[in-house]
Amino acid sequence: MTWIVKYLWLIPALPMLAAGISALAPQRCRKFSSSLAIGSMGLALLLSLWAFVNSVQQGGVDGADRYFNFAWLQFAAGDAGILKLGWVLDPLTAVMLVMVTFVGLLIFIYSVGYMAHDENFTRFFTFLSLFAGAMLGVVIANSLLLLFICWELVGLTSYLLIGFWYHKPSAAAAAKKAFITTRIGDVALLLGMVWLYHETGTLLFYDDGAGCLETSALAKLIATTTSVGMAVSTAIGLLIFAGAVGKSGQVPLHVWLPDAMEGPTPVSALIHAATMVAAGVFLVARVFPLMGAHAEGAAAETAALQTVTWIGAITAVFAASIAVAQNDIKRILAYSTVSQLGYMMMGLGTGGVAVGMFHLITHAFFKALLFMGAGSVIHGCQEEQDIRKMGGIRKYMPITFATYAVGMLALAGFPLLFSGFWSKDEILHAAHGWPVSHVPFYLGVAGAFLTAFYMTRQVALVFLGPNRSRAWESADHSHARGNPPTHVGGKDKGAPHESPAVMTWPLIILATCAIVLGFIGTPMWPWFQSFLGQEHGEGLTTGVVALMVVSSLIVFAGIGVGWWLYGRKPIQRADKSDVLEKLPAGAYTWLERKYGVDELYEISVIRFNAWFARACDFLDAWVWGGAVKLVSLITLGLSWVSRVFDEFVINLGFDQSCDGVSRGGKLMSRWQDGRVQNYLRVIGVALTVLVIILVWGGSR
Amino acid sequence: MSDFAILSAITFLPLFGGLILVGLNAGQTALPRKIAIGFSFATLGLTLLLWRAFDPASGELQFIEQANWIPALGVQYFVGVDGLGLLMVLLTAIVVPMALLASGKLFEGGVGSPLPAAAPRKDDGAHGVTRPNNAHLYYALILFLQAGLFGTFTALNFFHWFIFWELSLIPAFFLVRLWGGPQRSPAAMQFFVYTMVGSIAMLLAFLAMFFATSKPEQPGVFDFITLAEMGRNGTLAKALSDGLGWFDLTQPTLALVIFAGVLLGFAVKVPLMPFHTWLPTTYAEAPTPVTMLLTGVMSKMGVYGFVRILLPIFPAQINALLTPLLWLAVVTIVFSACAAFAQRDLKRMLAYSSINHLGYCLLAVFAVAKFTNNPALVVEKAAALNGVFLQMFNHGLTAAALFMFVGFLEQRAGGLRGLNDFGGLRKVAPVFCGLMGIALFSSLGLPGLNGFVGEFLIFKGVFPLAPWAAGWSVLGLLVTAIFLLTILQRVFNGPLNEKWSKLPDLTLAERALVAAPIALMFVLGLWPRLVLDVINPTVVRMVEQLNF
Repeated sequence: MTWIVKYLWLIPALPMLAAGISALAPQRCRKFSSSLAIGSMGLALLLSLWAFVNSVQQGGVDGADRYFNFAWLQFAAGDAGILKLGWVLDPLTAVMLVMVTFVGLLIFIYSVGYMAHDENFTRFFTFLSLFAGAMLGVVIANSLLLLFICWELVGLTSYLLIGFWYHKPSAAAAAKKAFITTRIGDVALLLGMVWLYHETGTLLFYDDGAGCLETSALAKLIATTTSVGMAVSTAIGLLIFAGAVGKSGQVPLHVWLPDAMEGPTPVSALIHAATMVAAGVFLVARVFPLMGAHAEGAAAETAALQTVTWIGAITAVFAASIAVAQNDIKRILAYSTVSQLGYMMMGLGTGGVAVGMFHLITHAFFKALLFMGAGSVIHGCQEEQDIRKMGGIRKYMPITFATYAVGMLALAGFPLLFSGFWSKDEILHAAHGWPVSHVPFYLGVAGAFLTAFYMTRQVALVFLGPNRSRAWESADHSHARGNPPTHVGGKDKGAPHESPAVMTWPLIILATCAIVLGFIGTPMWPWFQSFLGQEHGEGLTTGVVALMVVSSLIVFAGIGVGWWLYGRKPIQRADKSDVLEKLPAGAYTWLERKYGVDELYEISVIRFNAWFARACDFLDAWVWGGAVKLVSLITLGLSWVSRVFDEFVINLGFDQSCDGVSRGGKLMSRWQDGRVQNYLRVIGVALTVLVIILVWGGSR
Repeated sequence: MSDFAILSAITFLPLFGGLILVGLNAGQTALPRKIAIGFSFATLGLTLLLWRAFDPASGELQFIEQANWIPALGVQYFVGVDGLGLLMVLLTAIVVPMALLASGKLFEGGVGSPLPAAAPRKDDGAHGVTRPNNAHLYYALILFLQAGLFGTFTALNFFHWFIFWELSLIPAFFLVRLWGGPQRSPAAMQFFVYTMVGSIAMLLAFLAMFFATSKPEQPGVFDFITLAEMGRNGTLAKALSDGLGWFDLTQPTLALVIFAGVLLGFAVKVPLMPFHTWLPTTYAEAPTPVTMLLTGVMSKMGVYGFVRILLPIFPAQINALLTPLLWLAVVTIVFSACAAFAQRDLKRMLAYSSINHLGYCLLAVFAVAKFTNNPALVVEKAAALNGVFLQMFNHGLTAAALFMFVGFLEQRAGGLRGLNDFGGLRKVAPVFCGLMGIALFSSLGLPGLNGFVGEFLIFKGVFPLAPWAAGWSVLGLLVTAIFLLTILQRVFNGPLNEKWSKLPDLTLAERALVAAPIALMFVLGLWPRLVLDVINPTVVRMVEQLNF
């Protein structure tokens, strides 16, 4: 075993350690904490590169000794009772490691500039480092349990960072929403995990033939069927996929991701665009052998993979259409992220690991670039996020504009030169060849058109045309007075300004990557695909070229329509209505309101939960507790009746009756004083009922 | 150490300390506190010695002390611990000093921190209780309670065990009754009566077994180990039927009736719904250090009883009632989590959360009793039982810490502890927020902290044994997350409530106090072997005996 495989744990451990140290550091150690975070991340990057090179040299996927396992705990007798954890260095891990550490490092550096004025600067880097450590843990895990542990920690840091500006109620609510929505998926993942553990007796992915992703375990999973006739592998695969749906913001659990934009922009870039949300895609890629496991002779498109494809395709279009009608610069990107994650899922479902992962990697770079560009814009525009109130920023922020344009073209999939084109084209190609249905392909094409359109709209509104922030101000003075700019340092509050070098350099580097990275996975030179162990035999055939032409035309159409509507005649004032509002049947309103999914959940799930909680409370107070009260009342009543009966019916004398009433009163007051008897009676009744139930139940 | 009766020493040391305290003059506060803390730490030291001397490779009972007590009744002084008993003794030894250390403010005049709970109550005239004068009694009662707990967790003869079981109940009653909140009188009464009735039902059941097993030449059986053997091989049901023969009940039915009596005793204590209504009121009204003891250790007495007594003696009966019992556990888990969500008092929320967490333990205990011939399920049963033990320890630690935090909050806010009374406290008390956040996330079952491992093992075990029950119970995990995060959101996040802009952060002493449990949360979350290696042999032995 090579050194780097054995000590792969150092990669997540370094940022974790940095987080631990800076968690104990006082708030004033700003420089210390940020240097520590950046230093640890830099070291992690170096180690990751080493691991990557090592992995490339190793070549194939099935290299021996690529994992290291150790016993974590023992919960039963013998070997079956030893729970092992471990890590693995395969190509999948290697590319993710480099991506996460590289993008992470750039965003750490960028954050030094972006968060410079924040009072909780130290805490911010603590959380960021903790996140990086947990995410790298997800990547290297060779055990579903270790992956789950880190997965939950990633969720925790996401919670902490979304709610970083905790004094904003919206941020606090968004953080909670994110944690709980993803936890819905996590609960399913937990069930899938314990089921898998029971069926295969291990949670290690690779363990010298005994791992749960290796042939013997998979054969067993396929052979077993559940009570509803589904193969166990499919059922487990679906449960695991539910976890991925939560984390990667797929429909119907996508609602948390746009709200997560309440967090600081570097967080949106790192966690909610580049890395964490991709963890769901990574998870599916990791357990792909399980999802795709099928019996000899059966169709390769298992029910699990079909689900992945359909959910992905629907998400891709659904989110892209919402993005069209949003006006918050970060929310547009957030919906775009949801949509792109849908593409990745679709790629995994139709084309396998390499197709989905290629888009994951390219997307990480250009989406991080876009978010950081958006952060730069927001930073330069005094925390303004509404694209209607921007415009013309190109003049003030040339570097941001240039890099943002690169990111936009990559995301839109502009042909040949940009990475997004190549990776998206791979997915469309795979979807086109999917034997089950062609609908995902058409959905993907529609999504590609929408993507090109909304990105053009955004860039046109933000960077081109006149600057509308002043126009808005003069048009509505009361508004301007109502919202004094939060940026204290800016004297000229109207004029946007370019961000400092510590923020622009990461943009430039990422922009370069957004272009270059595409070339490692083109049909002419499918290095990436073959590294991930997927044969890519076709090369540059007519079919491939035809599809490329089609997808290019789609992209041109999207950009063209966007330009025609927004770029050609830029809107002059921020309060002017959007051209799309002319769409029939209130379509724009629907899109703007995100199809009302949030509202639907509000009136269904959330209201039901609140109602059920009240019902439980009521049950406690009135049914169980009420039984106590009822019995005490009955006891009182009976004692009164018996006393009255005693005094009035038996001894019919008036004097005696008077006497009796006063004695009865005394007796009653005694009853009311101590409630012991009542409790005793209730428990007696409960005991009797229990015995009856149990005896009845037991003698059946 | 074989000659030294260490278990007896551990049990009687606090009793001795309590007696000294009772003898002190009233009116002192500092001295009784010091004595009590001294004794509790001495006990903790002894317990750590016990932990060291314990042979973790063996699942058998160790440190056995056995002597005849009342031979005519078959009563013996019989103590010993296996992994389970040891773990519970350790938990008690840890939580009691925590509670004692957190009690200091209860007897201060409230200088600087307006603390109505510490002020003499006007309505106390009838009972003659004025708080500052009887600190020695308070501390003495806590030490008595501790002795009762130690006895309960080590005794192996019913008679002996039952004395300690009751001994722990009486100090708890007085602690709630004398030092509790405004509604303490009915709360204490409710607590006492519920628990007492459970105890009486259990006592009657054991007496029934005693008489059924007694023969002319020898007294009946009070010994848990013998009873368990009889329960396993079915002679107990037969003996009951032959010896008692009540109302022409059939043999299995009679055994079920006896089982129900014992079940009630433990079900009230844990509690299992619907025998839980005493708990939220009692937890809310008890002074916070006492709540720490109630939830941290006393609630474990019930689960301990389930594992030590009910499961070995009545496996056939639990198995016969498996489905209804599992349903009760599921209802306990889900309903208590939902009820917690509906509460507006932090202590009541955490009280329901306690019910929820112990519900997982009961779920696993019931599932383990399932009769099965599948050898693969033996592993799952062991996983579930290990999970139960871990969960008991972890919950004791975490819940005690959480109530301690609520106590700190109450002290700072003049007795307020409503969910909506605060807001944005993170700004003025970041350390408080951070540390309490860790405890909340531990309670939520976040991996990396202690709560997760136990819950994972429970679900790992229960899912194959009873998939539907596990499937319903995960809803509890979800709702738990909702209400715990709601606490964080309402109390610590959002804009700062101006009323609390002067609220002090944790003092150094308080930080030191919570540092130990928080550190343990991390250690047990990352390295659960520390505990598991000690309890696993015990679990393996128990599961072997349960293997039908």
